[in-house]
Amino acid sequence: MLDLTPEKHMDRTGVLINPCKTCQPVGALFAALGVRRCMPYSHGSQGCVSYHRTYLTRHFKEPAIACTSSFTEGACVFGGGPNIRQGAKNVFDIYDPDIIAVHTTCLSETIGDDLNTYIEEMDIPDGKYVIHCNTPSYVGSHVTGFANMMAGFIKYLAVKGKPTEQVALFPGFVNPGDIREYKHLLKRMKLKNIVFPDCSNVMDAPMTGEYKMYPDGGTTIEEIRALGSCRKVLALGRLTSEEPAAQLKRKCGVDFSLLPLPIGLADTDAFVMALAALNGGDVDAVIEEERGRLVDLMLDANPYYYGKKVAVYGDPDTVLGLTRFCLELGMIPSYVLTGTPGETFVRLADSMFKEYGRENECRAFAAKDLFDLHQLIKDAPVDLLLGNSHGKQIAKAEDIPLVRAGFPVLDRYGHPSLSIVGYRGAFALATKIADALMDAFDRNCADEDLDLVM
Amino acid sequence: MSAEILEERRLSIQRKGGGCGGDGMRCDAASVAGAVSQRACVYCGARVVLNPITDAFHIVHGPIGCASYTWDIRGSLTSGSELFRNSFSTDLQEKDIVFGGAVKLTAAIDEVMQQYAPKLIFVYATCIVGVIGDDVEAVCRDAEKKYGIRVIAVKAPGFSGTKSTGYRMACNALMQLLTPHADQPKAVGVNILGDYNLAGEMWIIKNYLRDMGIPVVATFTGDASYDTLIKAPTAQLNIVQCAGSMMYLAHRMEDAFGIPWMKASFFGVEDTSTALRQVAEHLHDSQAKERAEAIIAKRAPVAEEFLQRYKAHFIGKKAAIFVGGGFKAISLIRQFNEMGIETVVVGTQTGKEEDYEIISSLVNPGTIILDDANPAELETFMKEKGADILVGGVKERPLAYKLGIAFCDHNHERKHALGGFEGVENFTREVNLSLNSPVWQQVRTGASYHLRAQAPAKQVPRLLGHRSKRVGA
Ligand code: SF4
Ligand code: SF4
Ligand code: SF4
Repeated sequence: MLDLTPEKHMDRTGVLINPCKTCQPVGALFAALGVRRCMPYSHGSQGCVSYHRTYLTRHFKEPAIACTSSFTEGACVFGGGPNIRQGAKNVFDIYDPDIIAVHTTCLSETIGDDLNTYIEEMDIPDGKYVIHCNTPSYVGSHVTGFANMMAGFIKYLAVKGKPTEQVALFPGFVNPGDIREYKHLLKRMKLKNIVFPDCSNVMDAPMTGEYKMYPDGGTTIEEIRALGSCRKVLALGRLTSEEPAAQLKRKCGVDFSLLPLPIGLADTDAFVMALAALNGGDVDAVIEEERGRLVDLMLDANPYYYGKKVAVYGDPDTVLGLTRFCLELGMIPSYVLTGTPGETFVRLADSMFKEYGRENECRAFAAKDLFDLHQLIKDAPVDLLLGNSHGKQIAKAEDIPLVRAGFPVLDRYGHPSLSIVGYRGAFALATKIADALMDAFDRNCADEDLDLVM
Repeated sequence: MSAEILEERRLSIQRKGGGCGGDGMRCDAASVAGAVSQRACVYCGARVVLNPITDAFHIVHGPIGCASYTWDIRGSLTSGSELFRNSFSTDLQEKDIVFGGAVKLTAAIDEVMQQYAPKLIFVYATCIVGVIGDDVEAVCRDAEKKYGIRVIAVKAPGFSGTKSTGYRMACNALMQLLTPHADQPKAVGVNILGDYNLAGEMWIIKNYLRDMGIPVVATFTGDASYDTLIKAPTAQLNIVQCAGSMMYLAHRMEDAFGIPWMKASFFGVEDTSTALRQVAEHLHDSQAKERAEAIIAKRAPVAEEFLQRYKAHFIGKKAAIFVGGGFKAISLIRQFNEMGIETVVVGTQTGKEEDYEIISSLVNPGTIILDDANPAELETFMKEKGADILVGGVKERPLAYKLGIAFCDHNHERKHALGGFEGVENFTREVNLSLNSPVWQQVRTGASYHLRAQAPAKQVPRLLGHRSKRVGA
């Protein structure tokens, strides 16, 4: 039996069991892949990057390239300067990217390598760039790394300029399918835009029979430079996009609005209103229709959501969005949990529970693991799990349906190209949730209760 | 993509019978700085070897990542505990980096002990642990004293070598486990080394040995448990499968416990038959030999006939191989030869000089042999040689698919047992399924509407009753 979780609660200060987060560099690597002709570069031992690439590949089912400094014992003692000098030269010579995006690892952080100096002293070919960010994994999580890498790009590249018509969109830690949904909304709202980073057509590139080391997607270097002259930044994901947005503001004075990920009705409304504020208040009829269809679905299926208990877990911004949507559907998000540390998450979740009058029924946790979640579920069960693939063991042990959303989805195909944002994303998600709940009912009910018509 | 190859990498590429003519390959070395290497680290090597020990607690001492990435990722099946499928780590935080992580590690072990009753804990020290100066061995020693169980430190910082180094560390850890049990009376039976029970492959081998009347004492490490492992010193013979990971342990066990060893491969009809015969011979057991012959007489023709039925589908097909160990590559080349598929590109992560020599003797002139290949190289050579199928691990699958090349997972995530006579059928089926899936039609002609209009409608080869099956205990 795949169930090692005891019912008796375990107070732990030493051991983490079954994590609900991973390390910064993988987020940094993912962010860098959303830049056109960029080679992500891991400054540390060769093992980390091998894991990070594998992890991303397992989620996206796409190749994920990256290089490494390949530290040896010597590098640990004398620093990794020679490694990165040689490494960057090799990368430009052979793989010919336009830019190398270096992130550190626990090791290079611990030995105190100074990347600023290394890069300053580097011989960089004309017209090419090397940028970096620090990603110590003993701080934060993969989401932190994603934000740090964005800030790194901005720090090195963005230039202040005369404000243009363009709006910048920071997408948060989302899938290519989500980015496509953003672009659809931006286009419908007739807003010239820069999405940064943009993993669409990189991490879900179409099949052409050809392998492109640098696929056609991704934010261009020019676009990143132009971030500094955008009229406004919409930073989606409060806990992911604030840091890079603040960095851009500090450097180039571009204003930003910090918004939740547009998951579900209210948060998508907020996003669309923010877009409308920028285009003179004009909401496209197609978007109105999409919204209408979502509300229609929520109404049709409402008895099947109402009062159902759900455990939501994964990355902070995604979980907050999913939680609000569950509340909108009338569900009770009994446990809302992220492995990423930070009490803001708990505060935001708690105020959401209050808003919907559910503060006595719901609890939020940061910096916890899936072992904690399993213990909570053993105390008082839920009807549904909503989160990444790692909840699978709990789902099996407790016989609870699992709807996959967020990162990573290792054990199913197609998910990265689907979307959970926008009205259409919410529509798809609501359909999946109802399907899962109703399938579970059908599977377990008495024959006489099996209904064909609803 | 440019077909250029990093100058420093030239030494790691050979073209059989071709111009390169270097003296041997630079296998078993660290990757070049700046290369898109597929190579894993020391910790990874140690972890994959020890991970299948089902009732051990595997605690990763370090920041979270290394533990996350190795959580339940191997298809090692268990007939006992599921403990090893959970992830334990000390998740070091900034303050631990500053003040040291030993306290947290001690707490982690205490907590595990309060809640469970393990007999064996492995503590993996990853890259930064040595740098911040934690004395992991001391913590483990103290815990052993306090709880009277085995707590073994595996010091496996990624930078201290390659995946092969990690294999060796794992073997050392196993020797630490076994050594106190050296003085037991000898038993009748063998140990199996270097099989990880992926998709139940250990069970297949165990079944053959059972039918030959040979008891299996301990398995390293597929479906192993503490209680079976400590019996290992009593065995008469070590059968070494994945030589890359376990040859070292075989040598050490020979020195310490006087157990002789033999290498064996259970991939393909030829190798499996040879292996069974050799086991009997090594034990000087004529009855087992007879029984082995009976098993082979019964099963080999069935597997071969099965292969024959499919062979027509494989005519003219070419394979590329990119796997971890050299020994496995060798097995695969043999198996492809049996299937009538030519191997045109061979690469490994940890192959040794000897392996590359054998490989050279098995393949046709012009075959590309790579050490620690990267995607660019794989692409270049698979295209140049016109490979139809790539056999590799998870990182290579999307690359193969992008190129419109079929793929077969021969790594830790494989879902069907590929060992033994059963494995021949599974492997044949899987290769056929991936080579001849109708999707390739779409892939090769569907890229543009223009091409599609011109392409003649081709018949999709009939699939010979593919069933997916999992082998039970
Ligand atoms: S050492 Fe750090 S960066 Fe590398 S995998 Fe482990 S946690 Fe991640
Ligand atoms: S190289 Fe070091 S830090 Fe990175 S995964 Fe391996 S052990 Fe962990
Ligand atoms: S990849 Fe090959 S060499 Fe490595 S452990 Fe697996 S079977 Fe052995």
